[in-house]
Amino acid sequence: MSAVLDVSDFSVEFRTRSGIVRALDRVAFTVRRGETMALVGESGSGKSVTAYALLGLLDAAGRITRGRAVLEGVDLTAASPSELARIRGKRAAMIFQNPRAALNPIRPIGQQIADVLRRHAGLSRRDAMAGAIDMLKQVGIPDPARRASAYPFELSGGMCQRVMIAIAVATRPALLIADEPTTGLDVTTQAVVMDIVAKLAAETGMATILITHDLALAAERSARIAVMHAGHIVEDAATKTLLANPRHPYTRRLLAATPTAAGSLAALRSIPGNLPDLRRDDLPPCRFAARCDRRLPGCDAKLVWRTIEPAHRIACWNPA
Amino acid sequence: MIGNEPTPPGPDGSTLLDVAELSKRFPLRRKGWFGGGHPSLVHAVDDVSFTLSRGETLGLVGESGCGKSTLVRLITRLTDPTSGSIRFGSRELADLPAKRFARDADRARIQIVFQDAGESINPRFTAADAIADPLRKLKGVTGPDLKAKVEEAATLCGLPVELLDRFPHQLSGGQRARVGIARAIATRPDLLVLDEPTAALDVSVQVTILQLLVRLRETLGMSYVFVSHDLNVVRLLCDRVIVMYLGRIVETGPAEQVFAKPLHPYTRGLVAAVPRLDGVRDGALRLAGDPKSPIDPDPHACRFHGRCPIGTDRCGLDMPALRRFGGGREAACHYAEEPA
Repeated sequence: MSAVLDVSDFSVEFRTRSGIVRALDRVAFTVRRGETMALVGESGSGKSVTAYALLGLLDAAGRITRGRAVLEGVDLTAASPSELARIRGKRAAMIFQNPRAALNPIRPIGQQIADVLRRHAGLSRRDAMAGAIDMLKQVGIPDPARRASAYPFELSGGMCQRVMIAIAVATRPALLIADEPTTGLDVTTQAVVMDIVAKLAAETGMATILITHDLALAAERSARIAVMHAGHIVEDAATKTLLANPRHPYTRRLLAATPTAAGSLAALRSIPGNLPDLRRDDLPPCRFAARCDRRLPGCDAKLVWRTIEPAHRIACWNPA
Repeated sequence: MIGNEPTPPGPDGSTLLDVAELSKRFPLRRKGWFGGGHPSLVHAVDDVSFTLSRGETLGLVGESGCGKSTLVRLITRLTDPTSGSIRFGSRELADLPAKRFARDADRARIQIVFQDAGESINPRFTAADAIADPLRKLKGVTGPDLKAKVEEAATLCGLPVELLDRFPHQLSGGQRARVGIARAIATRPDLLVLDEPTAALDVSVQVTILQLLVRLRETLGMSYVFVSHDLNVVRLLCDRVIVMYLGRIVETGPAEQVFAKPLHPYTRGLVAAVPRLDGVRDGALRLAGDPKSPIDPDPHACRFHGRCPIGTDRCGLDMPALRRFGGGREAACHYAEEPA
């Protein structure tokens, strides 16, 4: 399988009044055609910043300071704003948390899908509407021709998320970034929405980056998991390997705090300490070191990413 | 003391809360200009009965719109029921208007922890003000006594006393959750209702809050009603669980058993939809579609009929009542079978 997106050495900073926030540091990963990769981590780990930076959606305070992100041969970090605008929505699309807020509240949903088809596929008004209705059908919205004229407020959260998926995949993008797509939805709706994403990915060969804080959702829906902590990818492996044999101390901690498989509350362990302040000038090389129980003197000198087994990378000198 | 004398506490294991045939219907605006006919009614909570023992933790689960929040507002007496009974200790609370209950002595004994303390705590109150407020208003505590009680509640909840003069926005998510809990336990309630207290927290913080709740339950001898959409958390924290669907209880029983071997097809679908770390997925039990409308539902049809994978014509004509099964379990389905 060929790489759809290849990110290497990717760093992002935000200039704020209280200092420079080093939000992403030398992030690297590859997503292949048809593959679903999950980016997991706690709030503030840099999952969403990665997505926004890739698609050129960072706000004015943020900038990419180094690295490359190559989508189908085009380096997104070197693309002009107009090139990015052409790629975004056509070759790379994104769906967001809280679909009702992300959709235009005063435009019928069918129109919102047709807009994408007219802009990026160059369809006529009539063809775009027909295409929109077809997309509504593909994401499982009953009675699509009639629902096309509905407004977001008339639909449930799950239905709105389906509409956003329809907008995102209408142009058959090579890459879909799903940023917490089911947070706030019921588990039953989550299952249905994730089924739809999986079905569309299988049909079109679309690569998916699933951003989630829910390790169990990542376990169920992705082939690979990359774990983020304070702007670093600390571990990246096939889902089965990562869950059965986590090597980075943070991954192990995260799993030990996840209630999904726990037999009792007493068996759960919280992670000591907090994320380091990413504005510090003297940020330690390993940003987990202060919370880590396997810390060695070498941890304060340099951070290296090592491939310990084929397709299993970690950022740790002293893996468990 | 304001209001009535408080109900005397009973021994551990005795019934603290006894809810019987509780219903709440919300009228919708009449159609047409001149009214006429009956207004449509949203059946938010419909004929709900359950009991809660002292020291017990009861989980309340179901999809959004199933009536969990309305039920919580009824038993905390923030809203008035349409019919039914809420016995708290030996006292009937259902007849007491919510406005009167706000000044009642038992108000201090039923407290609630709201979802996302960042949103539910007055942003212009410091942590100390937030915790002091119920003590002042419900218990009439003032002066140095108040300060001592606030610090005691904060300490019980693992909130450093140095943080008490901070405002909510100056606190982390976990610290805010602790303020929300400290505020609720300050009056030493017998019943604490927790409405998704950890929904906004990261897993590592969630662990510390859940373990805090277990510790508080033991030290203070409270009973919990715990509302959550996270079935794994409910399984770990709760003794018993109530599963609601469109305003009605469809299944109840010991949490461990209900999640391990659900009796009701809805519970089965709900449990099957929860992602698992082993990645095994039970697609056969996928619940498609949405719940029916809660407006004027057919009183003779099972609320789950139409979405149910095993329903028959009988379910559209004959609403199943809760039936008893072994092991203290109940399920409202014609086709539920005794667990093997």
